[in-house]
Amino acid sequence: MEQFISLLDSTIRVATPLVLAALAGLFSERSGIVDISLEGKMLLAAFASAAAAFAFHSPWIGLLAGIAVSVAFAMLHGFVSVTYNGNQLISGMSINIIASGITPVLALAWFQQGGNTPQLEPDSRFSEIALPFADSVREVPVLGPVYSQLLSGHSILVYMTIAIIPVVTWFVYRSRFGLRLRAVGENPHAADTAGVSVARVRYIALFWGGVLCGLAGTFLSVYQTGAFIKEMTAGKGFLALAALIFGKWRPVPAVIGCLLFAFADAIQIRLEGVDLPVVGQIPSQFIQVLPYALTVFLLAGFVGRAVAPKSIGIPFVKSR
Amino acid sequence: MKFGQPSTLPRWASLTILPVLNLAAALLVTALVTWMIGEDPWECLKLLVSGAFGYGEGIGYTLFYTTSFIFTGLAVATAFHAGLFNIGGEGQAYIAGLGVTLTVLAFDHTLPAPVLMPLAILAAMAFGAAWAFVPGWLQARRGSHIVVTTIMFNFISYSVMLYLLSHHLIEPGSQNPTTREFGQAAWMPAMHDMAAVLGFDLPSTPLNASFILAIVASVVFYLVVWHSRWGFELRTVGVNEKAATYAGMSVSTVIIVAMCFSGALAGLSAVNELMGSTHRMNVSFTNGVGFVGIAVALMGRNHPVGIVLSALLFGALTQGGLELSFEKPVITREMILLIQGLIILFCGALENLFEPFIAPLFKRKD
Repeated sequence: MEQFISLLDSTIRVATPLVLAALAGLFSERSGIVDISLEGKMLLAAFASAAAAFAFHSPWIGLLAGIAVSVAFAMLHGFVSVTYNGNQLISGMSINIIASGITPVLALAWFQQGGNTPQLEPDSRFSEIALPFADSVREVPVLGPVYSQLLSGHSILVYMTIAIIPVVTWFVYRSRFGLRLRAVGENPHAADTAGVSVARVRYIALFWGGVLCGLAGTFLSVYQTGAFIKEMTAGKGFLALAALIFGKWRPVPAVIGCLLFAFADAIQIRLEGVDLPVVGQIPSQFIQVLPYALTVFLLAGFVGRAVAPKSIGIPFVKSR
Repeated sequence: MKFGQPSTLPRWASLTILPVLNLAAALLVTALVTWMIGEDPWECLKLLVSGAFGYGEGIGYTLFYTTSFIFTGLAVATAFHAGLFNIGGEGQAYIAGLGVTLTVLAFDHTLPAPVLMPLAILAAMAFGAAWAFVPGWLQARRGSHIVVTTIMFNFISYSVMLYLLSHHLIEPGSQNPTTREFGQAAWMPAMHDMAAVLGFDLPSTPLNASFILAIVASVVFYLVVWHSRWGFELRTVGVNEKAATYAGMSVSTVIIVAMCFSGALAGLSAVNELMGSTHRMNVSFTNGVGFVGIAVALMGRNHPVGIVLSALLFGALTQGGLELSFEKPVITREMILLIQGLIILFCGALENLFEPFIAPLFKRKD
């Protein structure tokens, strides 16, 4: 029981940045803009937030800086994909590489610590929040540990993420903007005829995507490790993209995908070097490869079929 | 699908002036960043150029890096001609390294060099092609998007190789996940050794016979893409799939074969690296070479001449950047990554950005 709860606890920790990034990708891809730059924007935000939090001794200023930088690059992606009608994949790729390049360069120049930022003081990073009565109910069987260990003791960013999931779902499926967002992603010409500005909707979608990537990056550096580390996103942006495809571009299934991948990750750390009955030791690489292999199978339609928004990746050129 | 603003410039101008302007823009932003971190961009540029071309050894290293970039640049360009974006060059080169290693480790004490080397090169191409075949097949027959599949295949290849290296191929008794050293029969002849036979005295560098192979590959690429029946099909599919189908071409076959060629070319970069320089396989031997290939192909506008020139640029940036980082500790090899990203942005995503500014110069006066 104890072990199982700590397993779920680390699942939540690993899943939070994935969920945020996957929802960021959801906004952008549902509007018809491919976004493979989730990884890069997270990395940029992780660096900017850690640097700002260190300089101003405030995690909140760090969060703002992370969001600002992430949104700035989302707007660059928007300029290429919406205004200029350029190739969205190449634009995303370039943002990823620019992010891997510029973050260690600036970190080294500003902090002289081999491309990382200095460890943040406790007051300048997000700390864990104990929910009310967490200590007093600890002894209650079953519900006690679930509440005090699993639900309590996370960063404010985790609780924000939990709140964001239903908000995004509502936004995409129930709001006026959500309807336009989906229309623009499926059939921009029809949306245009109905008087919707395709460019405006796509820019707004990219903006919210930037905000969510900024949150995800800040979570990594200002909360999880307490410093920016070179290449600290380590493929999480692509994992989020995989989860988004796994969820067939829908918010709740995408979140479930993130939780699943995070759970696999949490299990993998615990299985390292453990002999299991029948199969023996499972190499950790085998579990690492699962999300990626699963995505390939899904896209190929061998297990279910993931169909992308119809006009994804195609620049919208208004017909005369 | 055509992207970006259409260009109205004469062909020669859009092939020369625009790439130069795009490169200038990328370098300008880099200079700005260099200046921001308190270094003199002009001085850094001088150090970089002299590090890459200033002395014999530097030139050798520059050309050694250039070799790998030509291969991956051609690989990405092959896919681009078919309208496909192959991000998986990194994984294909990685798996190709497995092909080289398995062949060499099995036969390096039994087969003589003239047999072993072609065999290992073929193994590299076959393994690279096989790793690209699957995404190609999935794209052509199952409609799964090649970009996402190749990204996933990159990650899968990292895990597969890490597992194989740390569990099976590791040199017994070694702490690092590397294989044992290859036998001498599998060492690509070094350029300075070959030159010595001809009576020239070159400094000792990792530059090897793969460079000649890269030039040959570029010529073959040109002949196949522009002067063969299959090349015509390739370009037709890339420009307009519907027209290709209407003309009786099999689009899915072209896509699959194009991906296989792409993977095989990417795989050759592993030959340069493993058989030419390190003579053993380690976990990080590809070191981003597949991603550089994207920048090289975009800057070289998918033409072999452009690809060789931009591969040379990236070779010089890599070698000169390393020299620069010895002189200026604040500038690391990530600076090159930044330049690479900016070049992909300006030459790839925004390739005709400056077109409106120079178009008036070419307007016919009538």
